[in-house]
Amino acid sequence: MLILMSWLREQVPGLPPARAVADALIRAGFEVEGVEAVGQGLTGVVVGEVLAIEEVAAKKKSVRWCQVRVAAPAAADPAVSDQDAGVRGVICGAFNFAVGDRIAVALPGAVLPGGFEITARKTYGHVSDGMICSASELGIGEDHDGIMVLPPGAPLGAHVAELLDLADDVLDIAITPDRGYALSIRGIAREAATAFGLSYADADGSVDSTDAGGAARAGAGGVADAGAGYPVTVEDTTACDRYVARVITGVDPAAATPLRWARRLSLSGMRPISAAVDVTNVIMLGLGQPLHAFDRAKLSGAIVVRRARAGERLLTLDGVDRTLDPEDLVIADDSGPIALAGVMGGASTEISASTTDIVLEAAHFDPIVVARGARRHRLFSEASRRFERGVDPALPPAAAQAAIRLFTELAGGRAEPGLTDVDHRRAPSAIRFPLSEPTRLGGRLYSDESVRGRLTDVGCLLEDDGADEGAVLVTPPSWRPDLTRPADLVEEVMRLEGYDTIPVTLPRLPAGRGLTPSQRHVRAVARALAYEGLTEVMTLPFVGAGTADLLGLPDNDRRRAAVRIANPIAEDAAYLRTTLLPGLFDAAARNIGRGDPDIALFEIGQVFREPREPARPVPTPSVLTRPSQDEVAALDAALPEQPRRVAGVLAGLREPATVLPGHAVAGSAGGGALAKGRPADWADAVEAAHAAARAVGVELTATADEHAPWHPGRCAALWVDGELVGHAGELHPRVIGAAGLPPRTVAFELGLEELFAAALRRGPVEAPVVSPYPPADRDVALVVEAAIPVTEVTAALREGAGELLESLTLFDVFEGAQIGAGRRSLAFGLRLRAIDRTLTAEEANGIRDAAVAEATRRTGAALRA
Amino acid sequence: MTETMTDPQPAAAGGPLDPASLEAAVAEALAALAAAADLTDLAAVRAAHVDGRSAALVLARQKLGSLPREDRADAGRRLNDALGAVRDAHATRLAELTAERDARVLVEERVDVTMPTRRRHAGARHPLAVLSERLVDTFVAMGYEVAEGPEVEHDWFNFEALNFYPDHPARSEHDTLFVEPAGTGRVLRTHTSPVQVRALLSRPLPVYVVAPGRTYRNDTVDATHSPVFGQLECLAVDEGITMADLRGTLEVFAAELFGTGLTTRLRPSYFPFTEPSAELDVQCFNCRGESARQPCRVCSDEGWIEAGGCGMVDPNVLRAAGIDATRYSGFAFGMGLERAAMMRHGVREIRDFVDGDVRFSLPFGIEG
Repeated sequence: MLILMSWLREQVPGLPPARAVADALIRAGFEVEGVEAVGQGLTGVVVGEVLAIEEVAAKKKSVRWCQVRVAAPAAADPAVSDQDAGVRGVICGAFNFAVGDRIAVALPGAVLPGGFEITARKTYGHVSDGMICSASELGIGEDHDGIMVLPPGAPLGAHVAELLDLADDVLDIAITPDRGYALSIRGIAREAATAFGLSYADADGSVDSTDAGGAARAGAGGVADAGAGYPVTVEDTTACDRYVARVITGVDPAAATPLRWARRLSLSGMRPISAAVDVTNVIMLGLGQPLHAFDRAKLSGAIVVRRARAGERLLTLDGVDRTLDPEDLVIADDSGPIALAGVMGGASTEISASTTDIVLEAAHFDPIVVARGARRHRLFSEASRRFERGVDPALPPAAAQAAIRLFTELAGGRAEPGLTDVDHRRAPSAIRFPLSEPTRLGGRLYSDESVRGRLTDVGCLLEDDGADEGAVLVTPPSWRPDLTRPADLVEEVMRLEGYDTIPVTLPRLPAGRGLTPSQRHVRAVARALAYEGLTEVMTLPFVGAGTADLLGLPDNDRRRAAVRIANPIAEDAAYLRTTLLPGLFDAAARNIGRGDPDIALFEIGQVFREPREPARPVPTPSVLTRPSQDEVAALDAALPEQPRRVAGVLAGLREPATVLPGHAVAGSAGGGALAKGRPADWADAVEAAHAAARAVGVELTATADEHAPWHPGRCAALWVDGELVGHAGELHPRVIGAAGLPPRTVAFELGLEELFAAALRRGPVEAPVVSPYPPADRDVALVVEAAIPVTEVTAALREGAGELLESLTLFDVFEGAQIGAGRRSLAFGLRLRAIDRTLTAEEANGIRDAAVAEATRRTGAALRA
Repeated sequence: MTETMTDPQPAAAGGPLDPASLEAAVAEALAALAAAADLTDLAAVRAAHVDGRSAALVLARQKLGSLPREDRADAGRRLNDALGAVRDAHATRLAELTAERDARVLVEERVDVTMPTRRRHAGARHPLAVLSERLVDTFVAMGYEVAEGPEVEHDWFNFEALNFYPDHPARSEHDTLFVEPAGTGRVLRTHTSPVQVRALLSRPLPVYVVAPGRTYRNDTVDATHSPVFGQLECLAVDEGITMADLRGTLEVFAAELFGTGLTTRLRPSYFPFTEPSAELDVQCFNCRGESARQPCRVCSDEGWIEAGGCGMVDPNVLRAAGIDATRYSGFAFGMGLERAAMMRHGVREIRDFVDGDVRFSLPFGIEG
């Protein structure tokens, strides 16, 4: 909402400078986003009269060579003949003025808003000795018709800035949705007056000022006459609880809006259009009451306020032909709908350049009805914005009266005596308000006197509650439909007293339990992966319809149960991720595209999967009581599954190239495998998954798996306690190609819920008993079928060795002709140790043999010869 | 006297054990030891002169047995003295040469310790995650617990129970992303405030929780907008909670986020789920409110930074959770993590948070 300070000052004399007003309004809860000084620094612009015009043909456009007199003849230099006194030639590109018009001329040396300095310069074959200005060049509004033509009485040579009182300030205020009344000079004037303790005359019949500024001053019931006006029938008196119609005849359709009002409209952010339209806008800006003017000649029969009928259409003023919904509230006549109530008028009854008789509508519509209508038709107007936020239902007669006065002044109209006022307003209800309530919630003392005073400032009527001395019955003013409960009144008291008067204290909390195990675990996983050299990302969770195919997911895969957004930001990203991998692929490709080929990224976040049962609408619980557990469970059941997961992607070098020698041998730098770095491979993905799991005390077990989007021969399924937690390994080459990733990119993804559940099952770590005796180390090389996973062999060795096996290390894998095709040799180191003695060689050998025997039994392993 | 000696001394006079021979052998050995240039030389000298089989003194000892009994004691004493002198000399030289060798090797093993030493890539946490954890820890230290909720949320939690009735004008300010199928009331939560309702329904009173999380709005990604952004929500519901308690809590929070000694300001505002409502402004940590004198890029010369919205929990919210608003009261506070991080760290573009460019995150390290 743009508030023009000069307009505000008219309503509240004695206001301090704009900045101080802005600060006071901010303190009262009105977010002033800007204070703009307009019409400042305007010097050397004077009133001139056009004496002669000569067309100058130029290549692309034609301009005019104008002779303008910029000083009254008497004031001119006597040495110069009357004819030439103060006359200068100016080139001008606009055509909306004629000989004899008075215009604003910027003389050489003048400085226009924005620091633009005017000089005499040669152009189109003439020396242009100044510039004829438009309103926008003077910083006082938008251009509509080119040059600003001044009233004929403007004295020649007078400074335009002084003449038009141009120096002004505009406050740009963001109005919160609860304060519809503040979308007007009237509402802001009351707040400003309260802030500075100034008087503000609003209601009480002060609508009689014929001064157009009085448009911003009205109140309930300030209308003189009544009687039969234009016939109006309101069918839906809930949706429209008040409808006032007035008839104005004899309007001069050619009347131009005076500069003063045009300027106010422009600076308030509205384009001046025609006198009739401008009057309704001035009243709306001033009082907050949206008005609509129908061309009486185009109306047929009585006005009816009703819901639209199926199939009805309306061509609205914005030129859109709309199909109406039976819920739409419309204004209709015998011809059908002529306006979408409270939103926009129709073209069929629009004011035109030949309109002389007007039916003026000043009504009050239900906020929700207007909000729905505007949203249904995606048609948001100044009127709908106000009705949606609440317009004062007491205002229509006074606003109509104020408009009539302005019509009379600006366009010569005459009001017909009749007044239609269909009034179905409900009586306001009082709020029982304990005077101690602000103190209870504010943490400071608010005296009864200050509470009563502040509520009165707001416009409330206070009556004593006979039954309770500590409470009052508060009737909020008609323009404050937002005040319905004690809490609303508490806010009024607090904000007007000032939030800065509230002291600073801290609540006394009961002992908290800190983070839950899973909250600690998320942090542990993230930190572990970061220490592993992976960088955390938080990607957008939107994916396209083709993502599941890109990943090569089978038809029945749960990761195809994607949740779709009804109004996606982009159609090619209309689904929510079911796995974290696509976002990581994008981030990896982005990093590679920006020149970093070595990728190690991870993400922790929710994924979204539709439940197996399709979501159905669930009855919404009441908000008037606590919902039952069943109701909450039903709401939750309608939601997608949203488990948290962790995933990572690695490509390029896992260990960077280095100039460091592998060992401390001088002169060996610059060569060897270490110097070139080590590329990431499937094992790095598995190891990252292990790192994540170990961070929460869980050891994962790997088995071979074929699982999209991984390479079918290089994919590990990762398990804990017999439950599948996730997968890791090299990605499928086709996926790598489709995702634009480098060959051999690897990835992992784990379900955090499963992982954390396993961590919780673990309980406290049981400390090992550490033996002080020396170990017995035994190496064995076993030849097994190459298809047998190492884990099976290690499991057998462990089982066979028993409790005295301290650790088992695979230190060599060998395949070759000596071993035989399809077989491989696995060399293990067994470290054996007893808690209570040094093992004898015989004991150690016996354990080794038992281990090998078990491996042979289970896997057919043979000791390598 | 010599004539009376019956034993001639040809062995002593001419043999290896006579004093002259021993002296000569010792002198020769000492000279060789002194001449040994390094430990290898010294090992050879030791073999030749100290305890090798061909060493003169070793050979002399073998002759000791063949001496006449009466000469043996003297010869033995002389031999031991000689051997002692040679062994001491060897030990001394060995120590000298070892020290020389050690000094030389340490010099030779010198490396350039200023070479780059990184053998593995560095990793990093996401700056928003780190900031969120830091702020959460502040509240947890005060006794708050962390509450959580789903990102696809039901309209009832996201709006209705928070006092946004179905056609509330504030709903349109939320640019909600709706989830299909229509009519199921599922939305991507537009704020973390639905966690307030979940916490009030699932926890016994009093409730003191903080809820960080991801939220969604229908915005396209650009320098200042993102469809996904983080919020941090704080809720306290107890007997006797006042707006003053809110102010105090906000000051603790502001100090953690921007540093101590900054004043805060509450401006009356509007949120459907708080009444009274306020916007929290924190004095700009960069210019400390002195922007009138010196231009400030952090606060755009406002002197204040908008840090979040807050207020006393609306009685309708308490009612929807079955809480007696005449007995209990509460405050709630919510803030945008991106905005806070942008202020705190001078992040210029909000898209940096979702792009996943490693160069952006790495400087934040593990702890931010």
